[in-house]
Amino acid sequence: MSPKLPTQAGLGLKPEHFQDVLRTRPGVGFFEVHAENYMVDGGPLHQALTRIRAEYPLSLHGVGLSLGGDSPPDEAHLDRLAKLIDRYQPAAFSEHLAWSSHGGVFFNDLLPVAYTAATLQRVCEHVDRVQERLRRTMLLENPSTYVEFSHSTLSETQFLNSVMQRTGCGLLLDVNNVHVSCVNHHRDARRYIDELALDRVGQIHLAGFTQDTDGAGDPLLIDSHGAPVDEAVWTLYAALLSRLGPVPTLLERDNDVPSLATLVGEAHRAAALLADSAPALLCAA
Amino acid sequence: MNRPFAAALLEPTQAVPQGLCAWNGSDPTRRLAVYRNNVLSSLIDALADLCPVVQALVGEEFFRAMAGIHVRQSPPRSPVLAHYGGDFPAFIEAFEPARSVRYLADVARLELARRRAQNAADTEGLTAERAQAALSDPQRVPELRLRWHPSVTLLRSRYAVASLWAAHQTEGEPELEHIDPDQPQSALVLRHAFEVLVLPVSPASARFIEAGLDSAALGDAVAAAMQVDAAFDLTGTLGPLLSYDALTGIELPTRNA
Repeated sequence: MSPKLPTQAGLGLKPEHFQDVLRTRPGVGFFEVHAENYMVDGGPLHQALTRIRAEYPLSLHGVGLSLGGDSPPDEAHLDRLAKLIDRYQPAAFSEHLAWSSHGGVFFNDLLPVAYTAATLQRVCEHVDRVQERLRRTMLLENPSTYVEFSHSTLSETQFLNSVMQRTGCGLLLDVNNVHVSCVNHHRDARRYIDELALDRVGQIHLAGFTQDTDGAGDPLLIDSHGAPVDEAVWTLYAALLSRLGPVPTLLERDNDVPSLATLVGEAHRAAALLADSAPALLCAA
Repeated sequence: MNRPFAAALLEPTQAVPQGLCAWNGSDPTRRLAVYRNNVLSSLIDALADLCPVVQALVGEEFFRAMAGIHVRQSPPRSPVLAHYGGDFPAFIEAFEPARSVRYLADVARLELARRRAQNAADTEGLTAERAQAALSDPQRVPELRLRWHPSVTLLRSRYAVASLWAAHQTEGEPELEHIDPDQPQSALVLRHAFEVLVLPVSPASARFIEAGLDSAALGDAVAAAMQVDAAFDLTGTLGPLLSYDALTGIELPTRNA
């Protein structure tokens, strides 16, 4: 049984910050890495992650399993994940409700899934296989999307809740993705969150987006991971914490990565909200 | 079920797949373009991260156009992008608009060798003591085989690849005017103490290392090197290989009965 992630604020670990992390030992609760970046035999990446893992809990975040794909998860890829999990003993493993491979081609993006009974069945089978192979419960992340499918018969929240109910997996609730998708599809973010089985939230992601417009000139938000967390996302996050209490929370930044100190500052803002949301300790009589 | 969407991703001229919609009834082309752009630009970025000197030599705009064509022709087959780009040098070599930069493909080969060295397995280097012990019996020396660290690549080029690459490792504008690009060079690429090194090697040493990497017996590798340069010095070549942990073993081949 692996330890749980602490209910603190963590940071996405970037190679450009390895030395700063090891030198300054920033006060964050955990680090998260993209599993695929560490699927190499050896060298400085593993050296740094080994040293950092010795000091911090780790969350392993996959971006290549293609759970929403037409085909079952690639067994060779599951083997690589199992090897990483064995080596680093992460406190959590998460993946996306999305697909990224088709017909043997890897697209390096999180692509949208139509929400139908057939795709639900398939995603559940894929999550079952992952959990069986990795011998652990995974967290499934809600997506940010830019299109919808006219043949979808379920809402995204119905789809996510059904996958969790059928497979026992948990939810990685990406609050930025909630905001991005709800703006892009003209939905109410608070209602979206209300509809989710919140008791299954095992981790929260916060990130930044960039702004564009669609064919009609309406706002289209892009989940770029290249900007600070937006105030609207902080507001949703604070409201969520007031309902759930503290939840392990990750600040993600993958593009235009600023200094470690800047990211630690953002993590501290999340940490302050986490502290506020902790239930007051009961005093012994 | 994802097939029509997948088909539209790398082909900008492909029609928008049926069944995509938006809440405001707008044409989904702009929305699909977000995915198309993410896919193409992130994979071009992967090639740019892999080949920064190739990009510096041709400029960002040319590089991204060239890399974009390669991405469309040869998208990744694995979610592990550390393996992507293996056929990029061959693509560059055949890419007509890049012909005038004749050494470009070899610079890409050097940058791929650097990545390979970066990510190769961690293996203990051969100690000088063990090497000396293996070399102590003159009768057996010609039969010995060298075992190499998995990070090692020998790059032989008709061009001055190592100098061209090195000129781009300093701050500011690279000084290329002192480099004769048509000077053939060989370079040994390897990882030592968690750092990737590009070491220029003489033509005779290159021939020796090439034979050794090909599992030739030490005697045959020395003979091949002496054909390039009769003054080839085995000790002078083995010394640096040992100090950079390029070797992991010197041993007699296991004989099959």
